[in-house]
Amino acid sequence: MATKIEPGKSYGFFTDTSICIGCKACEVACKEWNQLEGNEPKFLADSYDNTGQLDAQNWRHVKFIDDVPAQTVDAGNGKAWLMMSDVCKHCKHASCMDVCPTGAIIRTEFDTVFIQQDVCNGCRNCVAACPYSVIAMNPKTGTAHKCTLCYDRLQGGLEPACAKACPTQSIQFGLLGDLHTAADNRLASLHSQGITQAQLYGRDDAVYGGLNAFFLLMDKPETYGLPNADNAKLPTRNNVGGYLAALVTGVLGVIAGIVAFRRRGTS
Amino acid sequence: MIYLAAEHFVRAPQWTWYILGYFFFAGLTGGSYALATLLRLVGDARDEAAARAGFYASFVSLLFCPLLLTIDLGASWSKFWHMLIDITPGDQGLNFKYWSPMSVGVWALLVFGAFAAVSAFEAFVLDRRDRSVAGDPSRPIGGVLGGAFNIVGGVLALFIASYTGVLLSVSNQPIWSDTWMLGGLFLASGLSGSAALIALLTRYRVDAVFSLGRLHEADGYFSILELVLLVAFFITIGAAGTVGLTLPYLPLWLLALVGIGASLVAARGHMRIRPTGGESAVVARARTDTLVVSILVLLGVLSLRAAVIFSAQ
Repeated sequence: MATKIEPGKSYGFFTDTSICIGCKACEVACKEWNQLEGNEPKFLADSYDNTGQLDAQNWRHVKFIDDVPAQTVDAGNGKAWLMMSDVCKHCKHASCMDVCPTGAIIRTEFDTVFIQQDVCNGCRNCVAACPYSVIAMNPKTGTAHKCTLCYDRLQGGLEPACAKACPTQSIQFGLLGDLHTAADNRLASLHSQGITQAQLYGRDDAVYGGLNAFFLLMDKPETYGLPNADNAKLPTRNNVGGYLAALVTGVLGVIAGIVAFRRRGTS
Repeated sequence: MIYLAAEHFVRAPQWTWYILGYFFFAGLTGGSYALATLLRLVGDARDEAAARAGFYASFVSLLFCPLLLTIDLGASWSKFWHMLIDITPGDQGLNFKYWSPMSVGVWALLVFGAFAAVSAFEAFVLDRRDRSVAGDPSRPIGGVLGGAFNIVGGVLALFIASYTGVLLSVSNQPIWSDTWMLGGLFLASGLSGSAALIALLTRYRVDAVFSLGRLHEADGYFSILELVLLVAFFITIGAAGTVGLTLPYLPLWLLALVGIGASLVAARGHMRIRPTGGESAVVARARTDTLVVSILVLLGVLSLRAAVIFSAQ
């Protein structure tokens, strides 16, 4: 059933990596709708992934994580590829918004995180801050780019292109509350089947206050290149400590200057 | 809290040569102004010449700052003013985010620019008067007002010299965000480099030679501070497990240490000299040493920033 999209409500993605088949339809749909030129084709010689990473031309990226043990394992005990369609997480407490000095990064009426291209001036502070390596610069425009959660489609009442194109419903779009319920049910189902390693990432507020684009993972977050709850920190955590160290140094520096320059009756 | 974060999955922001240049000149403009203020307010009357040299050095260093920052924006260079004014529809107005060091820094640079420009202009006027036959000894901005002006400018100057380090820490980059020491480290290094720069300028200002020994002495103190902070920096990133990332930049760290060492050696020598203002053979030799020492110290200031910036990228 299509989701009715209304301003003032929270929307997002629930990406269930357990049913991702790595078809990359999401990548293609994203590029097509958002008119992303794409990077020069490159053979990365690393699994089936030649996209490589999220960047200014790739707002969706299907990760192929080689989780095959080096040693032969018992029948039925083998792990395989972990596939995950990665995207901007649209964090509740977004590091990029936190540090953006221009006000270019805003939270939209759909509770998503959006970079206003006409406001962004390319300072790259958001690039340094995003803990997921999502935001990247487009040298042609001189601005930062990332997934918009198809802001223009949402305004037109349409679901994002990637979710629309996903053939296995690994990417589900909807109201955040509905997605949470779906994720909880799916996790319970997997756990009841003995797949105890399955876990939700970003469903609760342990990671950046909760993610509007959250995931069901089949291994620990670090395996997917995602910081775990202990390491998911906002950049502004270092404000007080950083300024304090500078202040103490400043005071000591002034004292040192006074000692060196003080009048010594040498006139 | 020493342990801050060990895991980083971030992309490097490609803050490279222009930002390195900005960090270098920000350290010098802030440090020079702060030292010039101290020389003027707590120093001997004969330190005034060196103070004026410091105000000139601060202003000239400052000129590079907005230029480098704007060039670094690339194709968006014409939108540099978006740092100051928000043009978001429905949210237009001045842009000031106290929690973003970049936002605070831009405003501080703007306000400090006015102080640096006025102080340099005042120094120029005073120098012109000194050269005139009927020299007027009074300062254009004298008395309590002048002192207060320099103190406010000095506080802003210390901020300019230090906030760039805090800006790096307020990120999720390895090394940068694993320590709180960068702001202090950049400030100590900036003060040291500025003392070396003003000392270097005394070669071209005979009336400022009185301050040479004092500047080297101050440089020595700043270098001790820098050395302590450098040790603290390596302890913190060691605890975070990211020290390995900076090992390829060992030559830059060694160059930074050479600068610190040069400061300490020069300070030890000059503290014995205590020049009295004359052009004695001892002072003349000291001024020759100053050339070498100052260049080494300034190279160290640049190397330190380069090592920090490039280690995370």
